[in-house]
Amino acid sequence: MRQFLLFFTIITVGIIFISRLFYLQVYSSPANNLYDDNAIRKVYDYPKRGFVYDRNGTLLVSNQSSYDVMVIPREVKALDTLEFCNLLKIDKEKFKKTYNKAYHYSPRLPSVFVSHLSKEDYAVLQEKMRKYEGFYIQKRSLRHYEASIGANVLGDIGEVNNAIINKNPYYKMGDLIGKQGVELSYEDELRGKKGIKFIQKNRFNKNIGPYKEGKFDTLPEPGKDIKITIDAQLQAYGEQLMLHKHGGIIAIEPSTGEILAMISAPTYDPNSLVGRKRSQNFTKLYNDSISKPTYDRSLLAQYPPGSPFKVLNALIGLQEGVVTTEDKFTCNHGYSYGNRKMGCHGHVSPLAMNVGIYESCNAYFANVYRRIIEKYDTPYEGMNVWNKHVTSFGLGDYLGYDLKIGSPGRIPSGDFYDKWYGKNRWRTTFTLSNAIGQGEIEATPIQLANMVAAIANRGYFYTPHIIKTIEGQEIDAHYTTPRHTTIDKENFEPVVQGMYDVYNKGTAVSLQVKGLEICGKTGTAENFTKIDGVKTQLTDHSIFVAFAPKDNPKIAIAVFVENGYWGSRFAGRIATLMIEKYINGTISRTDLEKWILSHSLEHEYEKPYSGEPFKINRGTTLELVEPTVINHDHLLPAKS
Amino acid sequence: MIRETNRHFSFDWITIIIFMLLVGFGWLNIISSSHVGETLDYFDFSQPYGKQLMFIGLTIGLIIIILAIEAKFYERFASVIYIISMLSLVGLFIFGKNVNGATSWYGIGGMTIQPSEFAKAATALAVAKYVSDLQTDIRKFQDQIKTFIIILIPAFLILLQNDAGSTIVYGAFFFVLYREGLPQIYLTLAVSVVFISILSLKFGPVITSILAALIVFTQYFLNKKKPIIVQPIIITIIAIAMSIGVQFFYSNVLQAHQKDRISLWLRLEKDPTKIAEMRRDILYNLYESEKAISSGGIKGRGFMEGTRTTGKFVPEQHTDYIFSTVGEEWGFIGSAFVIIFFILLMLRVLHLAELQKSQFSRMYGYAVASIMFLHFMINIGMVMGLIPTIGIPLPFFSYGGSGLWGFTILLFIFIKLDSNRINEW
Repeated sequence: MRQFLLFFTIITVGIIFISRLFYLQVYSSPANNLYDDNAIRKVYDYPKRGFVYDRNGTLLVSNQSSYDVMVIPREVKALDTLEFCNLLKIDKEKFKKTYNKAYHYSPRLPSVFVSHLSKEDYAVLQEKMRKYEGFYIQKRSLRHYEASIGANVLGDIGEVNNAIINKNPYYKMGDLIGKQGVELSYEDELRGKKGIKFIQKNRFNKNIGPYKEGKFDTLPEPGKDIKITIDAQLQAYGEQLMLHKHGGIIAIEPSTGEILAMISAPTYDPNSLVGRKRSQNFTKLYNDSISKPTYDRSLLAQYPPGSPFKVLNALIGLQEGVVTTEDKFTCNHGYSYGNRKMGCHGHVSPLAMNVGIYESCNAYFANVYRRIIEKYDTPYEGMNVWNKHVTSFGLGDYLGYDLKIGSPGRIPSGDFYDKWYGKNRWRTTFTLSNAIGQGEIEATPIQLANMVAAIANRGYFYTPHIIKTIEGQEIDAHYTTPRHTTIDKENFEPVVQGMYDVYNKGTAVSLQVKGLEICGKTGTAENFTKIDGVKTQLTDHSIFVAFAPKDNPKIAIAVFVENGYWGSRFAGRIATLMIEKYINGTISRTDLEKWILSHSLEHEYEKPYSGEPFKINRGTTLELVEPTVINHDHLLPAKS
Repeated sequence: MIRETNRHFSFDWITIIIFMLLVGFGWLNIISSSHVGETLDYFDFSQPYGKQLMFIGLTIGLIIIILAIEAKFYERFASVIYIISMLSLVGLFIFGKNVNGATSWYGIGGMTIQPSEFAKAATALAVAKYVSDLQTDIRKFQDQIKTFIIILIPAFLILLQNDAGSTIVYGAFFFVLYREGLPQIYLTLAVSVVFISILSLKFGPVITSILAALIVFTQYFLNKKKPIIVQPIIITIIAIAMSIGVQFFYSNVLQAHQKDRISLWLRLEKDPTKIAEMRRDILYNLYESEKAISSGGIKGRGFMEGTRTTGKFVPEQHTDYIFSTVGEEWGFIGSAFVIIFFILLMLRVLHLAELQKSQFSRMYGYAVASIMFLHFMINIGMVMGLIPTIGIPLPFFSYGGSGLWGFTILLFIFIKLDSNRINEW
């Protein structure tokens, strides 16, 4: 037996060794992937982010360089802290705090010590940098907004968060990504593709050369420049007109669905969210809960559309064959049903469709609406038919445009009222406010502008979009395929004529522009807020929708001015000014322009927060401000 | 003496082929782990891989000389070889060169020679010679002591040169003597020492002593013959003394770094931050070597493709930690093959040893297998984190001329002895 001791010992050790090898190399072996290998340093080469141009080729967004002081805590040697702090313009306390934070994050990895140095500070610091071991300067690329317009359209970029890193492995800690607006929607095109260099490290964390002579390295692919549909001049003008007001404006080119202007007021300077002050300014904007500058009213705000919605009821009435253009209805300073009455203002009576539209008669549309719903056996059925027609205009649901935020709006259906009142426990009159665009209906400015575009096109629209071209590349067919409404083409003409008469002799007669045939519709929408739990009515919203010219329309526009009172008072003026600006390029009605620029609604917005009783509508007075004139001549397209 | 005409073909070619495979594969791994930069010149003698190639070349001459010498020479001159070897170890105290804290080298010109690598073969010859002598009976205590002295002289000299790892290798002779009839008590003793040491360090002398007493007395009462009661009492006392002695040895004799290695191995330290610190500071090599082996996966990264090897993450990778290169670049498949080939080599030598007609040859063959085994077990066990860090080379693999030549001489003397077994009677 003695000769087997060594034999068995050898075999046993052999088995143990192979088991151990199995454990180390098969069972617990890490996935071998160059990206996870900490013996390989990954150095990313960031490409230039694409520029953003407006529809006329005016540069809106470009890049600028910024310099960050980085620190690798482990490599820091004793230094003259005082001098260093002076150079960086920080105090010793901050130095300690930042250093400890960086050390806590990782002693080996670089952390940002001071970000976004100014060019002057950089110049001074650069010469002295080698004195401070463990610190170095890193160049970064930031966005530069050529003009202070379109913050809500253009959006901004910021560092990726962990949720994004986990979802998309392309992004690494510290990478920049589009956070809002066009930057977010066209992130993939704008960012390009970063290049990577794999570098072999040794155990002292020193680079010892490219891994495999750079076989796996890739070059960065530059980001693509994009052209957006915005007309910078129009956008700038609209923003200027909306100063001291809250609201949203969308202007669309009906023949393409291109968004010409997208204004949310109040807005902010997009450059304020770039660089060192970004987080500070962002917090300030974000926390402004009264004027909510980061809330894009043009896409998100749902307002009752009010009278502009009446034209839709006229179209549906014609399409359903329940009314002709000649059918006349009586208006007795309103429309009585049961023991209730929907009021109206004084005008001729009885009246047919044309007058109904341009006088915006509530009684006329109450009649039309009832005929539509009551054509069917049950109001449930009628409501659903009505809903089908209305939603075919892109109302009541997300429109499908290429910006990432939006609201669905609200267009009630039979089911909606069944849920509200109980099955079969409601009648047409319960929903009569829908006749005049109040009640349960809500729409966003972009939905309303799109509705107008569909009317301007006499029956179809293109999904609104912000992208024009991506370096000559065709845009998605989704945006170039017309979407047809349920209304026949011939039914549009009387309604369009009605809208023209609104401008010609109706509620917007004061807004005429010489030589321009504008079709519009005023709107005045009641609205409420809650003050300490009590539902309180505020001054009406001023609404105006329009398209022009009447034939071959070039622009369709929807303007909402919160608490601006009646439609032509603020919204109508702004809408026609923008139309005039877009089509004619100059403003003939300088008095009207001056009026808008010098009237503020700020006091109106402060009322609900003042804690004191206040008057609305008729009881309000206008506030005058010094007109702010911003020169946007540099946004004129470069003459080639 | 009559010579066979086909004498050269009576060498055991299986052993020789495995030897060549191991040396060749070892060299590939030395290239990987010592190569720096982008160009690779195999004959760049300023680089470890170039030098090793030269050492391998010189090995061929050495082999020819060893095989050319009469087999009887090794037995006849065993004592002379042993004495010369011992003198070379003693000479280190006067002429030795200190490298990494150990005075184990002679510097001759630009080269260094480590005599302890050759002393193993010399001791094996001397032990085989002494024990196989007709006068010697290993069952006798007196002869046991004399044999131990032959083994302990080089072990002690090497320990004095601060090369504790190489000293441990002399434990290999236990297998040789046990095979030749060393009394059972030594095996019991050896196993007991290992167990008591581990138990005592892990659970303290009290629990160890109680446990030892329990085992001893249970055995005593189960034994029907019932020898005198003094016997188990004495054994228990020895066990208790031993467990206390181990504690004393651990706390007072061992150096701090040796203590830390054992402490980590037996997980004696409880404070996790202290453990993490120890791991980082002391076990840095092991940490990196395990990581390199792990990253090899099943198939390995391929020759010269290991990022941890290329980045020189494992210190001493071309010498003691060479197996981590095998692990990273050749994966589980390659590493398992290396282990299997070592086992085949050792078992082949063991098998041949058993076939020997003379006790001298058999003992020498046993010594060769045992010495290779101890190196194999300690080195690979250490690189894979199974046993505490003990710095000894992996035979035929690790970079170094003395090591390679020492093992070549050790193995080829046996191949020569084996080839001669037909001539012996």
